[in-house]
Amino acid sequence: MLAIETFALEKSYSVGFWRKRRVAGLKPLNLSVEAGEVFGYLGPNGAGKTTTLKLLMGLIFPSGGSARILEMAIADPRMKSQIGFLPEQPFFYDYLTAAELLDYYARLSGVPARERTKRVQTALARVGISQSARTQLRKLSKGMLQRVGIAQAVLHDPKVVFLDEPMSGLDPLGRREVRDLIQSLKEEGKTVFFSTHILSDAEALCDRVAILHKGELRGVGAVNELTARTESKVEILFQGVQGVTLLSALGAECHATGEMVRAIIPENRQDEALEALRRLGLRLISLTPVRATLEDYFIERLKKDEKAEKVEVGR
Amino acid sequence: MSRISAVASNTFREAVRDRVLYNLIFFALLLVGAALLFGQISIGIQRIVLVNLGLSAISVFGVVIAIFIGIGLVSKEMEKKTLYTILSRPVQRWEFIVGKFGGLAWTLVVNTLCMAIGFFAALYLLARHFERADGYLVVAIYFIILEFVVVTAVALLFSTFSSPVLSAVMALALFVIGTFAEDLRAFAAMSHGAMRVFATLAAYVVPNFASLNVISSVAHGQPVAASLVVYNTVYSLFYAAAALCGAILVFEYRNLK
Repeated sequence: MLAIETFALEKSYSVGFWRKRRVAGLKPLNLSVEAGEVFGYLGPNGAGKTTTLKLLMGLIFPSGGSARILEMAIADPRMKSQIGFLPEQPFFYDYLTAAELLDYYARLSGVPARERTKRVQTALARVGISQSARTQLRKLSKGMLQRVGIAQAVLHDPKVVFLDEPMSGLDPLGRREVRDLIQSLKEEGKTVFFSTHILSDAEALCDRVAILHKGELRGVGAVNELTARTESKVEILFQGVQGVTLLSALGAECHATGEMVRAIIPENRQDEALEALRRLGLRLISLTPVRATLEDYFIERLKKDEKAEKVEVGR
Repeated sequence: MSRISAVASNTFREAVRDRVLYNLIFFALLLVGAALLFGQISIGIQRIVLVNLGLSAISVFGVVIAIFIGIGLVSKEMEKKTLYTILSRPVQRWEFIVGKFGGLAWTLVVNTLCMAIGFFAALYLLARHFERADGYLVVAIYFIILEFVVVTAVALLFSTFSSPVLSAVMALALFVIGTFAEDLRAFAAMSHGAMRVFATLAAYVVPNFASLNVISSVAHGQPVAASLVVYNTVYSLFYAAAALCGAILVFEYRNLK
């Protein structure tokens, strides 16, 4: 079963004084997310991640296309009782306490009155802020507010959870806890769709990721599938800074510390590099294959796109 | 229905926890107290002065609360993005608007009742007894509440498409024009040509707050006709409903920033 489907979903805005010029916030997006998946939605700032989430939440209206969540239209109120959403940098009613806020959201989500108190306590405990249940939100730190935000997103036991930059504003410990929470949601069989620009988080958590750039989907797939598409590299560690010029000419990225040099070079230039070091009589310390990360894929992909755009403009 | 009442009770709670509201109520009660003082130095017309000043204070401060909270009801939620976590739940946009309106209207009813208790206490201190004509004061207070209902709906309408400052200016302007609605109608009757059409149209579009103001006549102990009570009730409820429908219509199609 598909948890999320989009069919040429797009959003454009009118800009300028007469509002005649159209700017694309999201170009036609076709995407599907399986139920039970942890799906990472990646892209640099301004890529269109938040626009997509706002469209799926019904906060803005699409300029074209459509979307379905749990096989229901996005405007269907029945669907909305089965999803949870954490916006980016959430702001809540700061005159309420954490427990009051969650109770309010539970009422809006249709949680029966007899279950509300228990659900609120469970949600607060899940994000580790039970001790602040009776504190007004205006007295909580940014990290604590982010936890309240996560609590409100999972409070009503939704089937699909949308998180917009959930690690934003959290310290390393908080980020670790959010990662554990996403993992536990997956273990409960929930679908998690989260946007981030912190690639290591996505790499650690996601079954699949989609990469968005300038409002356009540039790649989608399992993390290892995507990283396999990147150029393989090796790390060569050697002694002798005089080898830097030669290896740089072969396309290596060199970092020297004293006499010690660390060079990252494409795998297909490995033999040439070793031959050059031998010729110069430099001492080889180690040769290690480098595992491609999602970040490598991401940067490579963006560079390719930018190069293609420049060629297009040149024509 | 439960979602509307949840939004309404949260709006009420927000207003109750807002310190500005208490300041306004304090000043309104202070003014009622001052009316008592003015009444004592106005030989023979103490009651008239007290009723005029007291009810006017309730009306003015209530309108100020209605406008200044009403204009932020939707725009503030959009600006602070608190709406994101509400509209991503099974809450229809119209339910949110109706809930917000209900919450502020209920806040104003409770405030008015508090201020009315202060007003009647001042009246009792002055006269040491209540008389039959004081019953008309209750009708005047009921009309003031109707006035608040209309002002709240209008402020909410402006709040759906305009910034808080512009909404405040427009709502306040409409309140002032509406207070002189009878004069506007008289002006329309005297005008000719395009001006007559424009003035007549304006006279019927702006809310007729003049008809809701019976403070002066009840201060003199004059009765309020039952037909006026019915007319004002129907008129105010219809006007507020129309403004509310306008607010819903605008908000239903609005993209949130």
